[in-house]
Amino acid sequence: MYVAGVDVGSTQTKAVILDGDKKIVGRGLTHTGANVIAAAQRAFDEARQEAGVQQDEVTYTIGTGYGRYKVPFGDTQVTEISCHARGACYLFPATRTVLDIGGQDTKGIRTNELGEVVDFVMNDKCAAGTGRFLAAAAEVMGLTLDQLGETSLRSQKALRITNVCTVFVETEIMAQLARGRSVEDILHGVHNSISGRSVSLLRRVGLEPEITMTGGVARNVGMVSALEERMQLKINVSADSHYVGALGASIFAWEREFAHVAAGERKGE
Amino acid sequence: MAFTAGIDIGTRMTKTLIYNTDSKEIVAAVIDLTGHNLGAAAQRTFDAALAKAGLKAADIGYVATTGYGRYQVEFRNIQITEISCHSKGALKLFPKTQSVLDVGAQNSRAMRVAPNGRVTSFRMNEKCASGAGRFIERVAGALEIELDQFGPMSLKAANPQEISSVCAVLAESEVINHVTEGQEIEDILMGANNAVSDRIVALLRQVKVEPEVTLTGGVAKNAGMVKALENRLELSLNVSELSEYAGALGACVFASERLAKMGQRVAA
Repeated sequence: MYVAGVDVGSTQTKAVILDGDKKIVGRGLTHTGANVIAAAQRAFDEARQEAGVQQDEVTYTIGTGYGRYKVPFGDTQVTEISCHARGACYLFPATRTVLDIGGQDTKGIRTNELGEVVDFVMNDKCAAGTGRFLAAAAEVMGLTLDQLGETSLRSQKALRITNVCTVFVETEIMAQLARGRSVEDILHGVHNSISGRSVSLLRRVGLEPEITMTGGVARNVGMVSALEERMQLKINVSADSHYVGALGASIFAWEREFAHVAAGERKGE
Repeated sequence: MAFTAGIDIGTRMTKTLIYNTDSKEIVAAVIDLTGHNLGAAAQRTFDAALAKAGLKAADIGYVATTGYGRYQVEFRNIQITEISCHSKGALKLFPKTQSVLDVGAQNSRAMRVAPNGRVTSFRMNEKCASGAGRFIERVAGALEIELDQFGPMSLKAANPQEISSVCAVLAESEVINHVTEGQEIEDILMGANNAVSDRIVALLRQVKVEPEVTLTGGVAKNAGMVKALENRLELSLNVSELSEYAGALGACVFASERLAKMGQRVAA
């Protein structure tokens, strides 16, 4: 028996497959692009391949993320807020606060010991403080997203970024480059700017340790360092941080499937 | 004959005008992308304007600068805020102006002006691209539309699409979604004009709209935006071919007033 979670984000689509022992056996990651349905299938197929599992062996699938209603093979949908909370608590059971920085929104979530959502705040109105802000900075400086973190950690002194608006920051970065400021110091400033916004978001839900970071930006070591410095707290980051939404969805799927089995109502029986 | 120059170094475009203070006429107008070096953009457009007018730098009695890069021009005699210059320029273009709306690449400003050109109140958005030209630029970029085609194409919209994102960056993704859903490009473009004009009108209402209203800044070239603004304000806007130069024009007028005062002092 296998179950799956598919997290269709604005930028990337992630899939996770769990076995009957609630262990991760497959992961998939792909760009969402314009065709959301195809992206969901691609991520799911990639996860199945890693797990060595046929499509009909996956008996329950839950979709989450902004495109969750477009997962054609999904049995049901769960919000990404619930999924990130559940997934974060699976990886780090002492998690009480989740910071999810995604491509187009940033969420602060407070959870209880069961991995349930107690409260949350969200910024989805403005790209400041989201992954898009980093992507814009990377583009202006001609770097890939993967290079941002390492590069900013080489900085000796952070430059203060004065603009909040992502569009204006692009102009500000170009002006600073023209003035001969180093890419490292500018990037350090960019990371500080996002961490400032993220921490003020988290303060609104209450910043209770342990704090677990989820979403694609968790892979950025410069971002993690800037956040830890500002909060004076250690942040939980896992190699699976990027997959937490899909992981949470797969755990919900596992719970439902398990309940079905217990009640003897398994599909097809 | 005496000449003055007004240079408006904006975040996107730099505008230079040369003005004949005797005939009170513009003798040369040059516009160019600002780029990263603000001082160089000012020098470049100033030199080009001199060449067009057949003048030398020594012929210019007074140089006033305005805009975001106004302090970066070494050969200036004075720098004046955009708020003062756009108001002055709008009055020069349309003497009955009482309200001025200046929509540039990064800033939107609304001013109330007295007949003597004094600014009695103003509001400004400089924090976010949502109500500024950059919003339109981003949408144009996402849809691969030339900026000068934006206005004419948007006017062909039959069914303007609503753009719900306030943020210019998030609007790009929304616009691309509209395209994949099969919406007409014209309808999306007009939707963007509507979204930006909503925010500009909110700014103008804070200073209380009094006709006549003159629109200045580069966004005045977007006929779709002018229409969207006029629909919301229920009045017609003053727009001139020189609207984009209004800041530089105001700077020229200020420079001419200074020059005249200096002349009086010398005569006395």
